[in-house]
Amino acid sequence: MSRITCECGHVNPEGTVLCEACGKPFEENQHLNDNKPEQLLNMRYDGSARRSQTYQRTFVDKVWNFFSSVKIGVSIIILLVVASAVGTIFPQEMYLPPGSDPTTHYEEQYGMLGQIYYQLGFHNLYSSWWYLLIIAMLGVSIVIASIDRFIPLYKTLRKQKPKRHVNFMKKQRIFGETINENIDYSKLRKNLRSKRYKLFEEDGHLLAEKNRFSRWGPYVNHIGLILVLLGSMLRFVPAMYMDEFLWIREGETKEIAGTEGKYYIENEDFILETYDANDENNSQFQESLQNQANPVPENYQTNAVIYKRTDLPIVPGKEPELEKVKDAEARVNHPIQLENGISLYQASYQLNEFQSMTFKLHDKGNEDTNYGEFTVDLTEPKDEYTLDDGTVVRLDRYYPEFELDDGVPTQVSKFPRNPAFIFEVQRPGEEPEVSFAGIGVNIDATGENDYKVGLVDFGVRDVTGLTVKRDYTLPFIAFGAAIFMIGVIQGMYWNHRRIWIQPKETGVWVAGHTNKNWFALKKDIDQTLEDTGIEPPVDQQEEKDKRERGKDDGISTD
Amino acid sequence: MSEQTVNKKKRRLIFRTVLLLVMLSLITFAVVSALQDEDVTVAEGSEAPNFSLKKFGSDETVELKDLRGKGVMINFWATYCEPCKEEMPYMEDLYPEYKEKGVEILAVNLDTTDIVVRQFMEEYQLTFPILQDKDGQVMNLYGIKPIPTTFFINPDGTVEEKVIGPLTLSKLEGHLQDIAPSS
Repeated sequence: MSRITCECGHVNPEGTVLCEACGKPFEENQHLNDNKPEQLLNMRYDGSARRSQTYQRTFVDKVWNFFSSVKIGVSIIILLVVASAVGTIFPQEMYLPPGSDPTTHYEEQYGMLGQIYYQLGFHNLYSSWWYLLIIAMLGVSIVIASIDRFIPLYKTLRKQKPKRHVNFMKKQRIFGETINENIDYSKLRKNLRSKRYKLFEEDGHLLAEKNRFSRWGPYVNHIGLILVLLGSMLRFVPAMYMDEFLWIREGETKEIAGTEGKYYIENEDFILETYDANDENNSQFQESLQNQANPVPENYQTNAVIYKRTDLPIVPGKEPELEKVKDAEARVNHPIQLENGISLYQASYQLNEFQSMTFKLHDKGNEDTNYGEFTVDLTEPKDEYTLDDGTVVRLDRYYPEFELDDGVPTQVSKFPRNPAFIFEVQRPGEEPEVSFAGIGVNIDATGENDYKVGLVDFGVRDVTGLTVKRDYTLPFIAFGAAIFMIGVIQGMYWNHRRIWIQPKETGVWVAGHTNKNWFALKKDIDQTLEDTGIEPPVDQQEEKDKRERGKDDGISTD
Repeated sequence: MSEQTVNKKKRRLIFRTVLLLVMLSLITFAVVSALQDEDVTVAEGSEAPNFSLKKFGSDETVELKDLRGKGVMINFWATYCEPCKEEMPYMEDLYPEYKEKGVEILAVNLDTTDIVVRQFMEEYQLTFPILQDKDGQVMNLYGIKPIPTTFFINPDGTVEEKVIGPLTLSKLEGHLQDIAPSS
């Protein structure tokens, strides 16, 4: 466990594969980059010493080295991908039909598999603790693996010297030996500079390098990813992110959820407009409209009034004193904006909820008779209604949404979705009669009634569904995404190219390396070597491949 | 090993430890936030949030903080909730006795239509205060999901116990005893 002093005099950190200064391969560490003696050098991370490969003594080091591993990183990604995919097999809990019970729904709908799915928590995957933990582990892996590779690579590239070791030169993929004593070095330098290479010289040895910054692309990209992860974590902070839902009936005034009782909204009107095929302005849609059996919605809109509560401090439940802030309209993608970063989006609606019902009293056997009509307001029904002829209709019982349970009417919710009534009809001077009336039901309690309460008309109103949103995390996430893209571009559109020139007594050696796009590197080299007296080097990898192909075909190139 | 190397390794260990701790605390924050059920806003042992609601059938309002020094039982219910109907008679039975002992029963009703509640009260002959929460503001404040849900609040204003689901007579009595102020 000690530093390695190279024959060139440079002292390298332990675990170095290729000397930082001269590139000499250190025998004892070649296995770290899977280098074999007869093969070309594996140039990954430029042979720098990755700490994770060298020592693990303390617990902290062991944890660090675990996350530093690329294999672990890839495993985490695979785990994440598989889990995310499984999460799409059956619907997530939030998309179940309203009113269904997840504890039984999955088994009923999808059998055994559904039950297992539910038991393992896949029904609420994307916010489950273990899914979050996998993402967190990926984040840790990205941070540690990047630090562990960036720092040694950065140091090595900063310490590299133009004078390279013989074995380094010979084992580069691009390598060539020229025997020629008349070499035009000034022409060579000029050519390299014209291709925007930076030149470094040491005892006549030359290093030409360009676009080193493209090596940082992956790390910049990872910084972007981490920023996106941090940005999405901000969504757990209520001041940064909020997502609530409101149902408001026409005419109702409600507290806006998430504003701590400060704001109220009144739904004046919900509008659903459909395209009119006969309208001149819609002529361009005429054909498509005619192909549709149903009307095509053109606009969903809530006309609302925003109020601010003025009686402070706010006591929940107390009758609020409201001050009008503004009239406002919420249309799809055109939310109502409040003062504190909160937006109300048109998100859902229900049409035609019952609001009032009009009944008339007539003879049981004859619907044409009429002893008077009365209208019941379903939100605030009265105890009794007096008809013009003095008949009193008492409302004995009101069920906003009723169901028959073993023949007994029961109330299942507070919303007037299926209203029913028990009326006691008292005509002047006659015995009172009881009848049960609802939509499509009209039951005579005793079977001996003379009169019937019949439904003649009803009034309806719409319900609008608005989402209440505040999201300050988006700029942060967008910033992270921009950094991510910059990293991708940096690493993709530029290549790190290096050319080494070594003068020898009888000629010159040339070697070249790039992290990608070898064709362009070869073109660069061939062009800069023109008219300098240096022969173009060969691609040793390609030569070897060619030889091996030749062997397979039984052709010897020697 | 040279002194320089030892120092370097020490610095590296500190750096790694600090970074791992920072990441660990971020992850803990994220996982804890995700696990926290958004709706569990009023936990046992915490202070019961104040509210003010109109008493059914009168103009009188009841504010929770005015009841400091008394034990308070807050029962969230609605007329369309079957299990709520079961426990109503028990509450009615125990109400006079525990009112004497300094325990107030507040039944927060979540219906929207007055006549439905009035008919229910007449049917069950309820005498303890029924409070109206038509907009469900107090329901949201207390994070009520299923009803009935009942909170038992100590004389000092902290939540002694939260019970989801209907109560039996003996359980109800036990909880009421827990929150009765000691005389």
